[in-house]
This record gives sequence, C-alpha cells and structure tokens, in this order.
Amino acid sequence: MSNRALAPAPEPERFFLNRFALDAQALEETVTSAIARRADYADVYFEFSVTEHFALEDGIVKKAAKNVSQGAGVRVVAADKTGYAHTDEVSVDTLRLAAQTARAIADQSGATQSVAVRAARPAHDLYPLRESPLEVALDAKIALLNDIDLIARRHDPRIKNVLAGLGIEQKIILVVSSTGVIVGDVQPLVRLSVTCIAEENGIRQQGSYGGGGRTEFSFLTEEGRHARFARAAAEQALRQLRAVPAPAGTMTVVLGPGWPGVLLHEAIGHGLEGDFNRKKVSAFTGRIGQQVASPLCTIVDDGTIANRRGSLNCDDEGTPTARTVLIEKGILRGYLQDRLNARLMGMAPTGNGRRESYAHIPMPRMTNTFMLPGDSAPDDIIRSVDRGLYAAYFGGGQVDITNGKFVFSATEAYLIENGRLTHPVRGATLIGNGPDVLTRVSMVGNDLALDEGIGMCGKDGQSVPVGVGLPTIRVDSVTVGGTKA
Amino acid sequence: MSPQPLEQIAEFLLEQAAANGATAADVVVAEGDSLTVGVRLDQVEKVKRARAKHLGLRVFVGERSAITSTADFSHDSLTGLATDSVALARVTSADPYGGLPAVGELARAIPELDLYDSAIAEVTPEQATAWCKAAEAVALQVDPRITNSEGAEFDGGTHRIVYAASNGFRGSYRSSSCSLAVVPVATENGTMQRDYWFSAQRHLSRLEPPEAIGRTAAARTLRRLGARKVPTCEVPVIFDPDMAASLLGHLAGAVSGNALYKSTSFLIGKLGEPLAPPFVHVYDDGTIAGALGSKPFDAEGLATRRTPVIEAGVLRSYLFDCYSARKLDSRSTGNAARSVADSPHVSPTNFFLQAGSASPQEIIRSVRSGLYVTELMGFGVNPVTGDYSRGAVGVWVENGELAYPVEEITIAGNLLEMFRNIEMVGNDLVMRRSVAAPTLKIARLTVAGT
Repeated sequence: MSNRALAPAPEPERFFLNRFALDAQALEETVTSAIARRADYADVYFEFSVTEHFALEDGIVKKAAKNVSQGAGVRVVAADKTGYAHTDEVSVDTLRLAAQTARAIADQSGATQSVAVRAARPAHDLYPLRESPLEVALDAKIALLNDIDLIARRHDPRIKNVLAGLGIEQKIILVVSSTGVIVGDVQPLVRLSVTCIAEENGIRQQGSYGGGGRTEFSFLTEEGRHARFARAAAEQALRQLRAVPAPAGTMTVVLGPGWPGVLLHEAIGHGLEGDFNRKKVSAFTGRIGQQVASPLCTIVDDGTIANRRGSLNCDDEGTPTARTVLIEKGILRGYLQDRLNARLMGMAPTGNGRRESYAHIPMPRMTNTFMLPGDSAPDDIIRSVDRGLYAAYFGGGQVDITNGKFVFSATEAYLIENGRLTHPVRGATLIGNGPDVLTRVSMVGNDLALDEGIGMCGKDGQSVPVGVGLPTIRVDSVTVGGTKA
Repeated sequence: MSPQPLEQIAEFLLEQAAANGATAADVVVAEGDSLTVGVRLDQVEKVKRARAKHLGLRVFVGERSAITSTADFSHDSLTGLATDSVALARVTSADPYGGLPAVGELARAIPELDLYDSAIAEVTPEQATAWCKAAEAVALQVDPRITNSEGAEFDGGTHRIVYAASNGFRGSYRSSSCSLAVVPVATENGTMQRDYWFSAQRHLSRLEPPEAIGRTAAARTLRRLGARKVPTCEVPVIFDPDMAASLLGHLAGAVSGNALYKSTSFLIGKLGEPLAPPFVHVYDDGTIAGALGSKPFDAEGLATRRTPVIEAGVLRSYLFDCYSARKLDSRSTGNAARSVADSPHVSPTNFFLQAGSASPQEIIRSVRSGLYVTELMGFGVNPVTGDYSRGAVGVWVENGELAYPVEEITIAGNLLEMFRNIEMVGNDLVMRRSVAAPTLKIARLTVAGT
C-alpha cells in the first residue's frame, strides 16, 4: 500500500474568490443587498464543475467529452416565496444585479440589514481522496472501457455489442447565507455503466449494470469491480434470451437485495419530501405517527455514508447531511427537509436541500434511502412462496405523489414456483400504492445491500445522484404488469 | 463590458483548433434569457430569471475526435478549450465514420420559419403572475371538490444559436418558447387526485387562454376522483392524444440511426415492411412554420426537411445524422441535434401521426369494454425488443361510454404488435409538442389489475 497522504483539495472559498476576482467584502455585500427587511433568508451559491465523459461502442472509445460549467445563483426567501436569479458571468456587478432581481419578489421595501459572514467547515469529510478522478491520465480511462469490451465479449460469443459509459465529475460549491455562514465542499463523482446486447437465433436482448460513487478512479477496478459489472450486464442480456412472458395480475413478489430498494425511493421517499407535505399534496400528508408499513420495516435516508453516490458533506444550502429515520418499525416518523419547508413546517432542516446546479432552486431530495435488515435468511424467503415473482434488478420508477401510486420496472426477474426460482421473465412494470404497499411486507432478510452507485433521481426537471438499498423482502400481493393474463 | 459577438467567438475557436492541430472542427454557441414564475393558491411562490450562455467545440484530428464545452467565454478559457479538445481527441480511437458533412450536403439557404417572438422577451414577472393566477383561479372555482393546487407556472425563454464549422458552414437563428401549466388537486372521501393541463408555443399570442387551461386541468382532475382497479383482462385500449404521442416517441427512438447501429432498436431490418394498417402515416417535418420542433438547419448544418417515416402503414425511412448514416450506408435526413456539450445525435424534429377520420367520440363508441388511457407512468419499454409494460391511469369504457375512472393498473404488449393492431386513428391531431398524435385505438392489450 502506498502512503495514504491526502492530495490537497482546493479550498472552496479561496477558489471562488480567486476565480471570480471577488473578496470577502463583496460576498457580504451581495448577501446584504439580497436580504431586505421582510426577507427571511438569502443565500448565494457558487459552483464550478468539470465533467468528463467517455463512451465506448462497437469496440472503440469513439467519444470523449469535457465540460466546464461555472456560475452563481442568488436566492431570496420571504415566507413561502422564493426569488431566484442566476448567472454564469460572475462578478460584483452581476451578483448585485442578481440579488436585486431575486429580492424583487420579497416585497423589497424597507431598510436592509447588514450581514457579516464567517467560514465554517462542513460537518463531515466523507470523501477524502488521494487523487481527484479528473487527474487520472486519460489513457487509463480509455483502457478501462476497452477492457470492459473485451471482458464482456469474451464472456460469451452471443454478446454482439457492448456500450459502456464512464462519467467523471468534480464539483466545487460554496454557499454564503444570510445566517452568516460560508460553507464549501469539493464533490467528486465517478460512474461506470455497461450495456450488453446479446443475440441468438434472430432474438436480441439487452442487459445493463454499473456503479460508482464519490471515490477515486481506482475504485472502479478494485476487487475486479469493472469486470464484475461487465459480466453482470452480459449475463442479464443472455438470461433475457430465454425469458418467458411475464405474468399479469396480483401476486406475491420477492425483491432481491440492493438496487430493488428503488421501491422505497418511489413508494415512500418522494411522498415524504417536505415540500409536498407542506403543500398538503402528498398521500402521506398529516400521517406522522401513523402505521404506514409492517412492523418489520425501518427505513432511513442517510447522506453520511462514506464515498456513496448519494452522500454529501453538506447539502446545497450548507446544512450538514444526516441520517433521518423515515419509518421506524412501520410507524411514519419524519420528513426530508430543506430550509424553506422546514421553517414553514416548524421542523428542523435534515440536510436534504439539494439542487442540480447553480441554475436551479434547491428543494427537498433524497440522499441514500434504504431499509434496515431483518432476521430472515434470503433462501427462506424465496422458499416461502408457492407461486410468485422474484425481481433482482430494476430500470427506472415513477410516483404520483398525490394519490401515492408508484411504478417501477423489473429488468431482471424470475418466476417463483414451489419455493424455487424457475424461468427468467421478460421485463414488467410493478405497480402499487405507496402508503399501503409496505404494510404487506411479511418477511425481511438479513442481507441488506446498498446499490452499486448508479442511481439518478429526477424531480421538477432537476436531476441529482442518489443511492438506494434493501435487504431481500417478501411483499404479499403486488400487481405485476406482464402480458400473460 | 462589451461582449464579443458570438460569431467572432466561433471564428476564434475554429482558428485556435486548427492552430493546435485539428484537421476539422465545429462550434455551437448558445445563449438565452429565461423567466419562470410560479404561483400557488393565488400567491407568487417563485420568480426565476436567468441569462445563460454556453459553447461547445468539437475537433477532429484525422479520424479521432473529442468535444469540450464551457460557459466561460474569456480569452484564456477559449484557448485552453482548444488545447484540451485536441489533447482529448488524440486519446480516442480512430473512427472512419466520423467527420463533418461534405460541403455539398450543407444547407444552401436558411429559411425563415417563424420561430421567434420578441414579445416573449418582454414578458414581465407581473404579467406572468397574472396569467398564472388566472389559470389557477378558474381551476379552483370550477368545483368545490378542487381543494388544493400544486400551482401554476409560466416559463418563457428566448434563445440564439450560432453554428460554424471548418467545412465553411456559417449559420445562426433565434427562437423562443413559452408555456403555461396548472396542476389542481381534488379531494373526495379522503383521497386526493391531481392532474394537469398545459399549453406550449413559440408565440405568446398562440398560447391557450389561461382560463381555458385552468378549466381543462380541473376537468381532468375531477375525472380521476373515485378511481378504482379493474380485474386483469385483455381489452381494446384507446390512447388520448398526449398518450398516443408517447407511443410516437417510442417509434421515433426506434427509427433513429443511433439505435439502429447500436442494435438497440426493435425496428432493425424492417425498412420497406408493413408495420401498421394502411391508414397509418407518420412524418418527421422540421420545416413547419412556427412549430416547436422546427429549425432552419440541423446541428451539422444540413437543411431540415419532411421525411415520410411510415406511409400507408409501410416503414419508408429511418432518421439519420451524418455519423449513423455513414455507419449504415445511408444518407443523413437532416435530423442531427446536439446539446452544446455533446456530439450530434439523431433526434426527431416535428414527428407526428397524421390525423385520421374518426372523431374521438366515435372511437370511444366503438368499444364495448375497454380502457381509455389518460396518463402513463414509468419506464417499462424495452427498446431492443419493443416489449411494453407501463402503469396506466384512465377511464373505463363500457358500451361505448366513458364509465368510471381507473388507476393502479398496467397495460402491456409489444410495440411491434401495438402498431400492427392500430384499429382507429382520430381526427384530432394538434401539435401540442414536437412529437404529437391524434386519439388512437389499439385492438388489444393486457391490462393487469386485481
């Protein structure tokens, strides 16, 4: 092992002041000019991000892209109103203009108050890296993708094409708020995705797998990770070649560990975001303290797990991330909050105020959402089912917050017949009702796994990276949307 | 601060790329202004204003290429971008299918397509607030069961695109867009439902009036109250125009040259084959004046055009950009699209199913027992096989009448079969989005419920 000395990460405050030729006084002036007497809160969010993307298809890395994005957003909040202005040309003048624009909404009249700001450190240090993934030689990134192509094709001659994408990002942020605090963070993110196309007797199928996190680049090759991703995608495609039509109707469903936790994200997570509950438009509105899941279910959102894709040292309003219990032994305990909604609901912020970029207003979002493990052995759970569906991997999901109906699409699933997994089935959508699906959880496995680090969550046009996790669980009666009635 | 004209920035980048060893290059510069106003329960909830600019440089070093982009237009940033791009290109693999289009392929004239409305740049937050309030107020007044609202939102933006390439192409155009949407919430017997309605246009004056948007949104929301599940069955399914458009979206994905050469399309090898009954015609047309998907030239400088995709039920053409066309030994159909930070890919322009002769009422009357779909959920579409399974919301049809609302069900089939089983095409095509369709009836799909 090499010496684990940490590479000096850029210090966000100094970084932005240098980059935009600002000084501490300019920051104070901006926040001061933004916050009028009747405004409750104001902040300025600076962001500088560099992303790289490499794509492999048809056996060659044909695409390499690098994007540099920078800008600042000024927000003024008065009661439940938000004024927001953002600019990619950051200077004292544009910041002042943005502050005035944002303030217009806050019924501007009245004397301004003066704000003095001081630097604070984020509460966590969840992703200290020896080397930024951006600094790894380009050759190594290309070589990784070429290797994936080789591994997947060698795995089985029926693999006819391999599509792989490598995304690398480093985001530096700085939040200067009217509470007088400056908090910054440097956020690395790597993501590797592999799709394999298998072909046999004129039938074509695909399989996808991937992962990553807030890690060094070497994470992708440690413990043979990239090879495992490549083989998993290949295997999924191959299994689909002999898949039978999915059943249609209501039946017992067993969800495998890890990524199937997307169930919690859709069925529970979104409905517990503070904004929907403050507006009373969530199916979970006013249900804190009520039973919304079986007593076997305890579900948390935890943004503080080292190196996870959904983790952050602080959220995009500078609040430290936390572990928030959403459901404890079946009882609804808490919501996910940003500053605005927490204040209006008389609750504490939970470190879930996130935004896609400086061009977006923060809102309550999930980090890593998962169910704590239970006592059952995974094999016993499968053995307990006479006839049903075992779902091992999923595509995306979606939820209607207001009526609680959610869907998620199984991309790898098997029939359970007499307690055994038999045939793989073709993809099918599962549909249910958030506030009652978890009341039918009858067994929870002892095999909690978090996903590999590939999830992306969209809300109101904003995408943010998230994580999910689940032990094996048995859900009695879920509607499976296959074709075989 | 006197900003440099975007054209001059593009020229400078082309020069820098060449100086660093690029054998070819192109530049897209985009700038825009936008205003978003959100109102909820008659109070302004958010006002967002922004000016954004971004540029992308694509370079070729022989058969290798790379793309870089930035929002920083300073001299240092631009020279750094050119150096970075060439360095990045040198590490990628040679790809004989890459490269800019030949000069002979480029658009010779840039048509005026009525894509820009200066009135959108002049909308004030106060005006936008008034429209939002009007739309929401009507929705809230329609019926006492409308008890809440997720709000109304106005979005307006003006954009300018400059495209320059080392093959000599120079072009630029302005465009604008605006939309107004409202999302009412209704309550009955302790359960809530929401639905929405919106209008989107390139011209402000062509938006549906706020009151009409509010009324439609309220009617759609009220229609969902009391929704139930139905037993699992196989029945005819009618897609309302917006949901039929989603099927056209899947078709557009499958005829894209990108999907074809990656083997991720269920329409590989189907050119010239009947896909649907003879009364089905699908076109891609980037030249419709004032339409949301129109543009005067594509992202590689080729003229946009009208491409018959399905005529009389037969698959007549795929859609290509230059790269996918070369890979598949074909010619570009002028469908290259590009975000500033990415290389060109195939995208439909205005992609629509031509209106048929049946009124939506006639289509509903033709169904004894079936489903009328008004919303679809989730991502259960496999582009490789065409396997289709999505969550659905709608109204159950009994004896030719809309009978009662349904939810928490799925519909499933295969897109190839679904297009083959189109039974009726409505006469109600409206280009509400760039991908559009009239009401559509499909003979049979599996509905999964209780």
